[in-house]
Amino acid sequence: MTTLDIRLRELRDGGRKALVPYFLGGLDDEWLECVKAAAFAGADAIEIGVPFSDPIMDGKVIQEASLRALGRGTTLTSVLEGLHTLDIDVPLIVMTYFNIFHHHGLERSAIELHEAGVLGTIVPDLSLEEIAPWRTVSNEHDVASILMTALSTPPERAMQLAAETQGFAYAAARMAVTGVASDEGRGDLVVEKLRQASTVPIYVGIGITTPEQAAAACAFADGAIVGSALVQRLLDGEGPKGVEQFLGEMRSAINAVGR
Amino acid sequence: MTTYMGSPDASGRFGEFGGRFVPEALIPACLELEAAFKDAWADPSFHAEYEHTLKEFGGRPTPVTFCPRLSDALGVQVYLKREDLAHTGSHKINNVVGQALLTKRMGKPRMIAETGAGQHGVASATAAARLGLECTVYMGEIDTQRQSLNVFRMELLGAKVVPVTSGSRTLKDAVNEAMREWVTCVEDTHYCLGSVMGPHPFPWMVREFQSILGIEAAAQFQELQIGEPDYVVACVGGGSNAAGMFAGFANSSSQLVGVEAAGGSAVGFGTPGVLHGMRSLLIQSEVGQIEEAHSISAGLDYPGIGPEHAHLASSGRAKYYSANDEEVLEALQMLSRLEGIIPALETAHALAWVIREAGTLIPRGSKVLLNLSGRGDKDVAQVRDILRGAQ
Repeated sequence: MTTLDIRLRELRDGGRKALVPYFLGGLDDEWLECVKAAAFAGADAIEIGVPFSDPIMDGKVIQEASLRALGRGTTLTSVLEGLHTLDIDVPLIVMTYFNIFHHHGLERSAIELHEAGVLGTIVPDLSLEEIAPWRTVSNEHDVASILMTALSTPPERAMQLAAETQGFAYAAARMAVTGVASDEGRGDLVVEKLRQASTVPIYVGIGITTPEQAAAACAFADGAIVGSALVQRLLDGEGPKGVEQFLGEMRSAINAVGR
Repeated sequence: MTTYMGSPDASGRFGEFGGRFVPEALIPACLELEAAFKDAWADPSFHAEYEHTLKEFGGRPTPVTFCPRLSDALGVQVYLKREDLAHTGSHKINNVVGQALLTKRMGKPRMIAETGAGQHGVASATAAARLGLECTVYMGEIDTQRQSLNVFRMELLGAKVVPVTSGSRTLKDAVNEAMREWVTCVEDTHYCLGSVMGPHPFPWMVREFQSILGIEAAAQFQELQIGEPDYVVACVGGGSNAAGMFAGFANSSSQLVGVEAAGGSAVGFGTPGVLHGMRSLLIQSEVGQIEEAHSISAGLDYPGIGPEHAHLASSGRAKYYSANDEEVLEALQMLSRLEGIIPALETAHALAWVIREAGTLIPRGSKVLLNLSGRGDKDVAQVRDILRGAQ
């Protein structure tokens, strides 16, 4: 088991529903302050996006944020240097596309992620069939590989994904790329498929926009991931204060779901 | 003897290139497509329908034309495989007829497609109209301006054209957007990818659908009773017309040559990377960000190359060169004046290489078979503006 597996199972076994916000590394001068604000507001794990020129799993909000971050010269190295300076006790997970690690070198990426305190990665274009080389190397450095499961995933494959994922299983609540949405999607159907095969914690993401949607997801899942709705606030200039307020509301709504 | 251009391995690889690097949501669709294609391609009735449609509707077989005046001027014997005479004016029809028939066979009522120059978009709209499928085409906003007539053609054919405003607003981002869109509608929609790229099985499937032109050309050349061509030349963006052409000659003694745009030369300047579902050669920055390709022809504005081409390049079976915009404009005018054929700007890259290398890299008297992948009608307004501007 990786450290991330242990930490997130402890959290779940302690009866706490996880709130997992996503930030885009290098978005602006305040991005690290925003990450700290999220920790303060009760985030249980934090995803840090490393911008890529061609984010095929991301909708308009993260695309715009990626362009902005790339325009500021953001790289994997600069994001990890930033994370290195953080002093928070919340597991960090890096989300990016495979070409970033492929180009940087798999071994070198894994070492540098570990050194920056990162416990896991989500690489949406790295399918179960292609993940082995990355997983082998990253696991050597205690970096977990989190796999996504989709509504389109057949039940047998979902069982395989549940068995193979590390840290948590990422249940995509809708057939869509990241973005904001007006309804809560059908994460319940994905969670049902995953539960059959594994006791791994399951978090729901893709389109979770409001505290109510996050709470609804936590009624059947072990946690909720909020990305675009949060990043949109940062694009609008709300900064760390906005993060604290929004995630505070999310936290309260999720806590109200109880055990 | 090594054989070339067979099936990829189980992971969809040609050598170290290819694979299936897509979000989980699309994996089931890729698996379904792979199974459906294998099943169809092993079914004689599917082949019969595909070949019949391309003959009756698509205008196949296209001829091989000898170029007497150009040959005189260059000192090498130039033959053209005339894909410009296929329906919609390029080789693109071969692929879309195959994929549209497959879409119907899978029971899906709708296709989406990306397009650069608009050739693949027009061809997709055409096949969709013929087979009664709904069709939406994603096209970079800049390309919709460069090729506005093709936008109108697609609309005339009943397709919907969506201008893509993200990123570089050209072909690369049209592919991104089509993939994002495919995630939302994968259940009832087939993604009709336009080149030998993307996740497995696309590079292999599109090459198979395009191989009809290369196999045809090989048989036609044989009828001339002058032996094998010394050079088989085609332009390469993603590389579908070249892949189809090379497939007819992969295990012959002909030298295979792909010609890229100088500003989009993935073999020349690229390094291994992962984009659009495949591991291939890509033009990218020192930190792995994909760079924008630049070319006079929208169809070659792609920062990568199909994985099988990357493999053919690394194994040495095919050689890849590039031609710049200036040489391309010269070549387009030369073929127009000497042979009465206006080639597409994409195609003119292959021609430009032959013109440049005749008598140097290509020994005098060599037999050169060039795939005239598309006609230049779509480009004449742009060429006029450039040539007038240059005066």
